[in-house]
Amino acid sequence: MLYSTDWSVIPNNMGLFLKGVLLTLEISVLALLFSIPIGIIVGLLRISRNKIVSFVATAYVEVMRGIPLLVLLFWIFFVMGQFLRLGPYWSAVLGLATFSGAFVAEIVRAGIQSVPKGQMEAARSSGMTYTQAMRLIILPQAFRKVLPPLASQFIILIKDSSLVSVISVVDLTLIAKNLVATSFRSLEVWTFVALLYFLITFTLSQIIRYFEKKYQVSE
Amino acid sequence: MISIKNVQKTFGNHKVLEDINLEVSQSQIFALIGPSGAGKSTLIRTINALEPIDEGDIIVDGISIHDKKTNINAARTEIGFVFQSFNLYPFLTALENVTIAPINVKKMNNSEAEEKGKKLLSMLGLESKFQSYPSQLSGGQQQRVAIARALAMDPKVMLFDEPTSALDPEMINEVLDSIRSLAKTGMTMIVVTHEMGFAKEICDQIVFMADGKIVEVAPPEKFFSNPSTERAKGFLSKVLNH
Ligand SMILES: Nc1ncnc2c1ncn2[C@@H]1O[C@H](COP(=O)(O)OP(=O)(O)OP(=O)(O)O)[C@@H](O)[C@H]1O
Ligand SMILES: [Mg+2]
Repeated sequence: MLYSTDWSVIPNNMGLFLKGVLLTLEISVLALLFSIPIGIIVGLLRISRNKIVSFVATAYVEVMRGIPLLVLLFWIFFVMGQFLRLGPYWSAVLGLATFSGAFVAEIVRAGIQSVPKGQMEAARSSGMTYTQAMRLIILPQAFRKVLPPLASQFIILIKDSSLVSVISVVDLTLIAKNLVATSFRSLEVWTFVALLYFLITFTLSQIIRYFEKKYQVSE
Repeated sequence: MISIKNVQKTFGNHKVLEDINLEVSQSQIFALIGPSGAGKSTLIRTINALEPIDEGDIIVDGISIHDKKTNINAARTEIGFVFQSFNLYPFLTALENVTIAPINVKKMNNSEAEEKGKKLLSMLGLESKFQSYPSQLSGGQQQRVAIARALAMDPKVMLFDEPTSALDPEMINEVLDSIRSLAKTGMTMIVVTHEMGFAKEICDQIVFMADGKIVEVAPPEKFFSNPSTERAKGFLSKVLNH
């Protein structure tokens, strides 16, 4: 039997889709905002000369990279979340942020290490403390190098955020799933949802490209 | 002013500084010369503790640099350091390169630091370059900005590690001139250099290093006309014959 398409399910539920898109963006942006300080701190600790400190930071990165995000989300929601009384929403943000934080930490570390050694030496020679040299000389330079990979990480974060539907956060993916369950229009709904995710990430990567170009010219 | 006593340093099991002793008095200028790998950079970098030492003592203006109790950041403000590769901050203008440490380390207020920075840059012939970024400057100009940056902290001594080795020949003199004018102010200096004419002209003592050791210390007239060691004779015949 041929599947006869009926796209009316899309305009009829536009409000719902829009709500899903907004929630997906909201969770991704929040997770990114939290993962940046996590990433900067863990990235700095990873290059610390203190062996214990750098070991702990490295362990964090390895653990986060070693477990699937889906498992981490379950663990935070069902184990930690019960204990700390986090709802699905904050469990999702926390899970995405700690997960993404490990990747941001690697980006930050690579950014710092890409700054030539002479920069730190010059700064320290003028009497700056290690912290001052980092803040005033190294991080501003690392920051510029880190922006493009950080933007890619944000795109990954948006796509990964579709997993939070499994802990019943009503994001774009869960809205789609529910809609398919009631309307039986799986081709239409999933195609449209794929298109929505693509539009979000594609727009974002175009914006990034624009800023990258603009920055290259001005340097 | 600078007193280096029995300094020893190894990298792994390679001895790079062996029993180094040196006394530099106020306003003296010492040239540090010797073949590649002799340990010149390592030695000059131990004077502001960019490089740690295994044994011995280095005293600059009464401060024991490698003593754990010394506040090394405060001590370093007394010691200006100029690198072979300039190491200017590429995201800051020439003027900001000069003012960032006075403002943040010495807590000088912005306008005072800027005034001082402009004066220093002008003194080094860079009055039209305040707002230029390092990438917009020639090598010689960059190195002069680096000298201004070091001077902005009002150091008591200045250390130069091959300040002209990364420069095109036509730019070497503008940097040497800056160091010459600094010499006239009575600044105490140690300069690692391959510019023998310059060493002869402005230095009080030539320190010749080889294989991690100080082989000979002599005034330039004596060192260049009649070195007392075979090592120095061999080195001079090589560098002066091309
Ligand atoms: N970080 C390091 N680790 C291991 N060995 C080093 C290190 N830095 C320098 N060395 C070694 O120490 C020795 C002295 O090096 P140094 O750079 O002080 O020589 P130099 O006299 O400045 O030479 P050049 O004229 O080539 O600059 C060399 O044998 C060098 O290979
Ligand atoms: Mg050297």
